[in-house]
Amino acid sequence: MGIELWMRENPMTYIWLGSYAVSMLVFAIEIVMVINRRKNTLNQIRMMRNSGDNE
Amino acid sequence: MAINWFKYSAPTTFYGLAGKLIPWFAVPAVILFAIGLYIGFAVAPIDATQGEYYRIIFIHVPASILSMFLYMIMAGYAALGLIFNTRLSAMMASAIAPTGALFAFISLWTGALWGKPTWGVWWLWDARMTSELILLFLYLGFIALHASIDDPRRADRASALLAIVGSVNVPIIYFSVKWWNTLHQGSTIKFTGTSMHVAMQQAMFTMFAACWLYAAAVVLMRVRSIILERERNTTWIAELPEVKR
Amino acid sequence: MKKASMFSLFVLVVRRDLVLAMRRRADVLTTLIFFVMVVSLFPLGVGPEASMLRKMAPGVLWVAALLSSMLSLGRLFSADYLDGTLEQMMLVPQSLSMMVLGKMTAHWLVSGLPLVLMAPILGVQFDMTAETLGILIVGLLLGTPILSMLGAIGAALTLGLRGGGVLLSLLVLPLCIPVLIFGAGAVEAVATGLEATAHLSLIGALLVLTLAFTPWVTAQALRISME
Repeated sequence: MGIELWMRENPMTYIWLGSYAVSMLVFAIEIVMVINRRKNTLNQIRMMRNSGDNE
Repeated sequence: MAINWFKYSAPTTFYGLAGKLIPWFAVPAVILFAIGLYIGFAVAPIDATQGEYYRIIFIHVPASILSMFLYMIMAGYAALGLIFNTRLSAMMASAIAPTGALFAFISLWTGALWGKPTWGVWWLWDARMTSELILLFLYLGFIALHASIDDPRRADRASALLAIVGSVNVPIIYFSVKWWNTLHQGSTIKFTGTSMHVAMQQAMFTMFAACWLYAAAVVLMRVRSIILERERNTTWIAELPEVKR
Repeated sequence: MKKASMFSLFVLVVRRDLVLAMRRRADVLTTLIFFVMVVSLFPLGVGPEASMLRKMAPGVLWVAALLSSMLSLGRLFSADYLDGTLEQMMLVPQSLSMMVLGKMTAHWLVSGLPLVLMAPILGVQFDMTAETLGILIVGLLLGTPILSMLGAIGAALTLGLRGGGVLLSLLVLPLCIPVLIFGAGAVEAVATGLEATAHLSLIGALLVLTLAFTPWVTAQALRISME
């Protein structure tokens, strides 16, 4: 099997790409999502306030 | 700390506190992560039986421990919310769930990648892996239930009850699966001979601390968003500098 | 009005639910037919080789029992919820936990017990021996009540929600996994010549545990969903 051979020839790459890169990707995605959530929420609240002020 | 704990149980005050705490968790997390990786890869030696592949444990083990740890904390906040009727407790439980679920995913993913070179298969139905998979399901169930209920109070309380029932079940699941198949048992912390090389222990501990700090930072960030969402109609929110801008 | 004792309250609720279930016999039968159909699909999907079927049998039957129970759980509280009876049940001074236990029992009698009775016939389809079949039946007999009780918690939490049945299954299936493991494990143990007493005792222990806690937990879940 191609992947098994590649795995044995390149252990460090396998570890880095497979585990750590994926994990750090997960962390990055989580951080981006949290920041986005905050941004969206703040925007929503600002819009609410602005439309309220315009009455 | 002799501070008035109940002062920070109100979303208004906790919002500010959380905001101030985040950098204190986030920055050390990054630093410790870097140090942990350095020790894990540059200092720790090759393992006699597993070669280089064992280095995956430096992310796998902290992620696993944290996924379980976070679930218990989430269930704890859930219980507090049900007993004392504090909104913030429920918000914290909701904030923890996605982070816990992601750590469970990382644990399963890295576990599979470690399993392939070590045992020859990507997946095994052994006690730890199966329990971790079920833990992921429990997290997802919590998130799904909360998302399915429109009334925030009912959502908080229903998912809190679910989290508590789940936490009682986690040890039962673990022991039932352990009875059923015991392969993973022998191969976690014990390595070459009787104990782990000092550097390996150091790397493991550093990475665990890094993940814990990261989790704290992300959870606090998320709970701030949740507080903003829930309290959107209040005056104190309207007075916040980030809203007034 | 005479204050009903706990037991007569329980009997009252069980009887009522059974009468209501008998009026809607179609619902009851569809669960049973689903069970039979799911079990019968496996040999069709996997092929008729006897030794493989024998090995698969406990797992297949247990999973099918789980899924069939999940199907019928949605109905546990919904009818009473929709016509206001549930609200009345929660207002009376009598024990809500006891009434919930009554509903759980009725559910099991109508949706769980028939599966247990059907299992021997289906087991023959999988070429199971009399001994393994016997252990399977005992396991199902002890385990299906647990499924009804754990499922009731899910039914109470998801009362009236859009996601409904699928969400309920999502929440309850992880909790039911130990029962599945021990139930199927008991049959496999006997099939390989070992004793099944340990597995069955564990299911028994789980039964006692769920009996003790789930009615109360479900009552709390109902209060949360109804306030």
